[in-house]
Amino acid sequence: MSFPNPATSVKLVLLGEAAVGKSSLVLRFVSNDFQENKEPTIGAAFLTQKCTIGERTIKYEIWDTAGQERFASLAPMYYRNAQAAIVVYDITKPASFIKARHWVKELHEQASKDITIALVGNKYDLVEDDTEEESLRKVSVEEGKGLAEEEGLLFFETSAKTSYNVNDVFIGIGSKIPEAASAGPNQIHQTNNDGRIDLTSDPNNRPRAAGDCAC
Amino acid sequence: MDENYDVIVLGTGLTECILSGILSVEGKKVLHIDRQDFYGGESASLNLSQLYTKFRPSAQRPELKGRDRDWCVDLIPKFLMANGELTNILVHTDVTRYIDFKQIAGSYVYRNGRIAKVPANEVEALRSNLMGLFEKRRMKRFLEFIQNYDEDTPSTHQGFNLDTNTMNEIYTHFGLENGTKDFIGHAMALWHTDDYLNDVARPTYERIILYVQSVAKHGKSPYLYPLYGLGELPQGFARLSAIYGGTFMLDTPIDEVLYDETDGVKKFAGVVTKEGTAKAPIVIADPTYFPEKVKKTGARVIRAMCILEHPVPNTGDTDSVQIIIPQNQVGRKHDIYIAVVSDVHCVVPKGYYLAIVSTIIETDAPHIELEPAFKLLGPRIDTLMGITEIYEPINDGTADGIYISKSYDSSSHFESTTDDVKDLYFRITGKPLVLKKRSTTEEESQDEATIGGL
Ligand SMILES: Nc1nc2c(ncn2[C@@H]2O[C@H](COP(=O)(O)OP(=O)(O)OP(=O)(O)O)[C@@H](O)[C@H]2O)c(=O)[nH]1
Ligand SMILES: [Mg+2]
Repeated sequence: MSFPNPATSVKLVLLGEAAVGKSSLVLRFVSNDFQENKEPTIGAAFLTQKCTIGERTIKYEIWDTAGQERFASLAPMYYRNAQAAIVVYDITKPASFIKARHWVKELHEQASKDITIALVGNKYDLVEDDTEEESLRKVSVEEGKGLAEEEGLLFFETSAKTSYNVNDVFIGIGSKIPEAASAGPNQIHQTNNDGRIDLTSDPNNRPRAAGDCAC
Repeated sequence: MDENYDVIVLGTGLTECILSGILSVEGKKVLHIDRQDFYGGESASLNLSQLYTKFRPSAQRPELKGRDRDWCVDLIPKFLMANGELTNILVHTDVTRYIDFKQIAGSYVYRNGRIAKVPANEVEALRSNLMGLFEKRRMKRFLEFIQNYDEDTPSTHQGFNLDTNTMNEIYTHFGLENGTKDFIGHAMALWHTDDYLNDVARPTYERIILYVQSVAKHGKSPYLYPLYGLGELPQGFARLSAIYGGTFMLDTPIDEVLYDETDGVKKFAGVVTKEGTAKAPIVIADPTYFPEKVKKTGARVIRAMCILEHPVPNTGDTDSVQIIIPQNQVGRKHDIYIAVVSDVHCVVPKGYYLAIVSTIIETDAPHIELEPAFKLLGPRIDTLMGITEIYEPINDGTADGIYISKSYDSSSHFESTTDDVKDLYFRITGKPLVLKKRSTTEEESQDEATIGGL
């Protein structure tokens, strides 16, 4: 498959409490797969996924927290030059929503100010068949929407398990990333010709690019 | 979080982070702690407020443009040799994915009161204004000897044995002047004293080769520098460690070190922190965590961070440069180094230049020892100075399970740091560090397996 335009690279970081489904959302987006009883993230080094939105091709460079957030020890490197962030909570876990507020605040402080942020309430499948009296849902749609409106975020409820809304998150972010994102000192990740050195030198050693996504 | 680990690492300096990353990749369960709330320890890059808090907590600071985090000031000025061991480790561990590098635009040496570009090959040597015509020819012949030297072809040895002949004997054979020896020994082999002259030639030969090959790699200079400062290096290796399961706790002082005692031998057993007790049979730490188990090497380094608003005069307005002032040229025993970076490396806001001057202290007035360097820099907006003692471990760690790294020395590159990494690795695991590039297929299945949760 060929792409009409050169792909815009976008660094996307994931944030959220442990076990809310950050890695599962990525797995669903990148490989259209899901695993029950996923272990905490180990070894998911650096995932890339291309995504075509209309005329544009966006190549997401996806950074998962790798657990460094567990004791609030994320490095500045993690936020550096991130153009997009997904803040995830679990709609059945109120504490994870409180944590999401914290991450949004942290992003406003640490990341570049034109970052595109999506707030994502995950595990929608768990509440799909709920009745009025008996519901696993602990964070209402209104609460999620409210926070998103307050802070100027995109908002989605998703299920990595059923894939409900997952691609929409990435398409939504892609549509909001400014076209001219490749300009400006905070977007050096986008240009490749400003004297940066490729240490590997051997072109065969470059990180592989994954295939196209379903979107 | 009372838990058991294979290794506890204390301090997030570069040495500790490289080892943490490598050991995690090998499947060890690593707990990595730093008492400070930022990554990098002694090898961190500080933002403006961290910098002034450390060096001048009470006094005023000048009006400086930019946000706090637009400043990334290295505590230890060093560059990567393009063909050096740190570059090699970065490539093999794939940490290059997290860090962008740029070249240092030029490498200069001070001679007879002014600075000149260091010639890095025969062609440049012939063009250099460092030498007269005849000396250029002699220099050219010397460089050809070094580059053509082949262990297995005795005819290339010109009668020398690198393991018995001294460097001085080789210089004499080629009839090189003292000034030329100065820049070969100090600006190419990067020795910071003249002790090497009477040692066997091999180490100097290897250092010149490293320099020449590093220049050959990308041109201009042998040095590379990470965007956003050297502090990105420990962060990159910390991320590698975390990705392979390493647990990181910053801002976590060590309340107590636990020991097991059998037959009068005290062995490391774990640490107690605000998060609870963590146990492990071994610990890797920087010297600040075990002051009673390290000794002073005797060398003390003075470093001056100078903020400028102009490029260094007489360097062709380059955005970055290394200048070496060989000790002989200014009547000293140790060289003075100047490392200059700027906004193209994203370490200062546009319009600023950062020059870090360093040397090993020889007198009671160390700041005056830096004067020859200050003269080359021109006006400075501000100068922050610090003196550090260089420590090394008393024991090799095998008896008590406490493996301590060395302080970062005054050398201009990371070769001694990676030597320490390899040495520690050998002491800890009993085998030499062998770096294998993960093959692409391995990596692919790796990616899949791991997002799927191994
Ligand atoms: N029912 C349901 N389970 C999910 C969903 N997404 C993830 N999970 C499960 O939730 C658990 C945690 O998912 P992960 O993707 O590992 O969560 P994480 O946020 O990456 O966790 P850490 O890496 O530990 O921070 C796993 O057992 C997943 O199978 C979802 O949409 N629905
Ligand atoms: Mg995860």
